[in-house]
Amino acid sequence: MKPTALPPFQLVFDEHAQAVLTFLAGAVGPSEAEDCFQETMLSALRAYPRLQEASNLRGWLFTIARRKAIDAHRARARRPAPVADPDPGSTVDEHSRIDEGLWDHVRGLPLKQRKAVVLRFAGDRSYPEIAQAMSTTQDSARQSVHEGLKKLRRELQ
Amino acid sequence: MITNAVTDRFVERAQAKHLIDVAVTTMDSPIGPLLLMATPKGLVRIAFESENRDDVLGEVAEQLSPRILEAPRRLDPVRRELEKYFEGKLKDFDVPLDWSLTGEFARRVLRRTARIPYGSVASYGDVAVGIGTPRAARAVGNALGSNPIPVVVPCHRVVRTGGAIGGYGGGLTRKRFLLDLEAG
Repeated sequence: MKPTALPPFQLVFDEHAQAVLTFLAGAVGPSEAEDCFQETMLSALRAYPRLQEASNLRGWLFTIARRKAIDAHRARARRPAPVADPDPGSTVDEHSRIDEGLWDHVRGLPLKQRKAVVLRFAGDRSYPEIAQAMSTTQDSARQSVHEGLKKLRRELQ
Repeated sequence: MITNAVTDRFVERAQAKHLIDVAVTTMDSPIGPLLLMATPKGLVRIAFESENRDDVLGEVAEQLSPRILEAPRRLDPVRRELEKYFEGKLKDFDVPLDWSLTGEFARRVLRRTARIPYGSVASYGDVAVGIGTPRAARAVGNALGSNPIPVVVPCHRVVRTGGAIGGYGGGLTRKRFLLDLEAG
């Protein structure tokens, strides 16, 4: 059987770019999301013609995005911690401030729970998709999201 | 949110790293929107609105490369020449062409066709004679019908012997418009 032809990359971008960016905003925080997004899409574009299978392009993009998010976490760990708010008078609106805070807590979750929560709520993935992405069972994916949310609730109370 | 700025930065970086094999954009024209596509070698495809955009992109993805992205700036020189042409201010296109989408015979036909001067016409038979295959008028017609770069490669200047307008991939209304435009 002839393998599925690769669609023009523009169509892949149009269809999945928003989901990838949303996922990354959850995984690395809104301020680093665009850098990660650009790195993800450039890597994808570079590798695209050699891709053998076009049936799960979304999964393929998310795999690359996850790798870039891990790179960003490692890079952040190597950077010295900021000492003070550089602009205490800045007018970040309340909503994104709450979001920032929430995602800080998400970043503090154990790896499995963090991945599962981010995929579920930032990536808007279904449990079968999360299970596939994490190479685990649906029950276990569900369990990780559940545990993660429980921990977040405790911390945010 | 994927804003235009995010997309623009991506296209710019992809371009700088030579990762765009086929750049795409659209422009308005008196004969309807035109889909323009270029490789690093040159203009490779123009499609009228009568062709389905996704089909055209899909064909080019399969025949040339799936690394196709909207990169309007790379087609600026083509757009400028076409705009001048439609204003009647440009007679000879100067942009480089990429013939990758045409076979050997069609390429000979289209190169010969590109030499028919602005404002004049030739018959299918004339073109057949011009490439040294005088009995191949019908094959010439087929090659012209599959012209991937209409307007710039002026297959509209080929008509029937005796003055009938002949066929056109983009429809006769467009062919007539182009011939009238060039008649001034």
